[in-house]
Amino acid sequence: MISGFTIKSVREGIAKGHFSSEEIFKVYAEKIKKENKKLNAYLSVFEAKKTDLPREEQGELYGVPSAIKDNMLIEGTTCTAGSKILKKYKSTFDATVIDKLSKAGAQFLGKTNMDEFAMGTSTENSAFGPTKNPHDLKRVPGGSSGGSAAAVAADLAVFALGSDTGGSIRQPASFCGVVGFKPSYGRVSRHGLIAMASSLDQIGPITKNVEDAALIFEKIAGYDKFDSTTLNKSVPEVSKKLNFDIKGIKIGLPKEFFGKGLSPEVEEAIKASVRKLEETGCIIEEVSLPNFENALAVYYIIVPSEVSSNLARFDGIRYGHSSKKSPTLSDVYLNSRSEGFGPESKRRIILGTYALSSGYYDAYYLKAQKVRALLKKDFDNVFKKVDVIVGPVSPTTAFKIGEKASDPLSLYLEDIYTVPVNLAGLPGISVPCGLSKESKMPIGFQIIGKYFDEETIFRLAYHLEETLK
Amino acid sequence: MITNKEIQKIAGLARIKLNVKEENKFKKELSSILEYIDKLNKIDTENVEPLYQTIEISNALRPDRHRKDFEINEKLHKNLIGQAPHSQNGFIKVKSIINKK
Repeated sequence: MISGFTIKSVREGIAKGHFSSEEIFKVYAEKIKKENKKLNAYLSVFEAKKTDLPREEQGELYGVPSAIKDNMLIEGTTCTAGSKILKKYKSTFDATVIDKLSKAGAQFLGKTNMDEFAMGTSTENSAFGPTKNPHDLKRVPGGSSGGSAAAVAADLAVFALGSDTGGSIRQPASFCGVVGFKPSYGRVSRHGLIAMASSLDQIGPITKNVEDAALIFEKIAGYDKFDSTTLNKSVPEVSKKLNFDIKGIKIGLPKEFFGKGLSPEVEEAIKASVRKLEETGCIIEEVSLPNFENALAVYYIIVPSEVSSNLARFDGIRYGHSSKKSPTLSDVYLNSRSEGFGPESKRRIILGTYALSSGYYDAYYLKAQKVRALLKKDFDNVFKKVDVIVGPVSPTTAFKIGEKASDPLSLYLEDIYTVPVNLAGLPGISVPCGLSKESKMPIGFQIIGKYFDEETIFRLAYHLEETLK
Repeated sequence: MITNKEIQKIAGLARIKLNVKEENKFKKELSSILEYIDKLNKIDTENVEPLYQTIEISNALRPDRHRKDFEINEKLHKNLIGQAPHSQNGFIKVKSIINKK
């Protein structure tokens, strides 16, 4: 059976004539048909397009079958963002990342499951049922890009796109034992991404190895006139520099990362990987991020505030669910939103509206943005001394479905190592670094880089991956 | 502790209708989240400028000219307006705002 493809092996297979672009698509489409029922990784699937191009017209991703998180628009297809309110929404244009992948020749197998509007860490907040972790169907795949991570881990796609607002690429990648990369804020266009928290959202790849993540990053990054937060800086050819020597790279290990709440088996795996990097010639230094412990509180003010504003557009008037039993305009708003949004969306909209309301704005929203500035300064100070920061992605491995669903705050704590990275706009990657001895679930190693220095992250991640093989 | 009255007021501002069960659940959950968040008030932020975003761009301006990036044609018009629950003659139709008495 043909399976287990990477971008490189698909390219080789097509170049050597072992299969065509259409054939490889069908192999994956068949596999999805068989296995998606038990995983619920895909919410919708597409037909193969006739794309057999002559060699000279084939892009670098020609024929590579991919999965797209269901909050990115592909023209003419359904885009739900994991919400009942958009159950029947049809995309009217291609997101910039979709346009770029199409031009490079990638094929789209379908759209993947996610927590509603990307709010969650387990995909249990999806209106269309949770995705299961391919390593253990009783466990969550992480979230919010849980469908994308599960699809790649189960080889139901060669690669996938996810979005990361507070860890939504890195944490599911960690839980599913695949690579997940969140680029610097301003690197990848969000045009055509359904907005959650606009000052934090970034799109990035979920892949089977570091090289594939580098290849996809190069293809989707760059300035876009449709997203005024993208920076007009050249994108480094990171995939060509992966095997560059890493001797002498300075690695910071924040002492705050190894405190209360971190499970011993995750701590052990992280420290073992740090020793490997040290043996390769990296210099390890203990550093401090004093505001690390405040990051989550900052995040859970800023995100709901931005959510309450971004989700105001869903009003039952122009598109999306519209309540039929509503005699007045005001009832249309109230009923459409109450029927259409799930509990986590409502919770965050209400929390955000509260934080932004007159009388509370200074105490919550403004205060959070000030502490955010302090956190950014902590990172700036550390990056004067070291090239990268490393640590866990999540304090635990994948937990059981339903285990934490009753307590939103305990789910929020899953994000403790990933949210500071988004708040500071930095790039970060999750690389598999071992399995739990007890549950056999994957553990992810996080590498955080300087702003716009994705290259060092990729080089280090590549060497770690090689060392652990 | 946030009160039921406050929850109802905020939900109303956000145009969300809550039933009694939701109201009580959110009251409990939001109170524990707010309690957690409250730890920020112990931090000294005197003379700290707020950080609203992390890129160095302050204003991204473009010439005030029609870019022709999205030309409205019949198909795009249909795809956009066609998703509204009510439309008439190519316009989105909404319920009347002022009642005739």
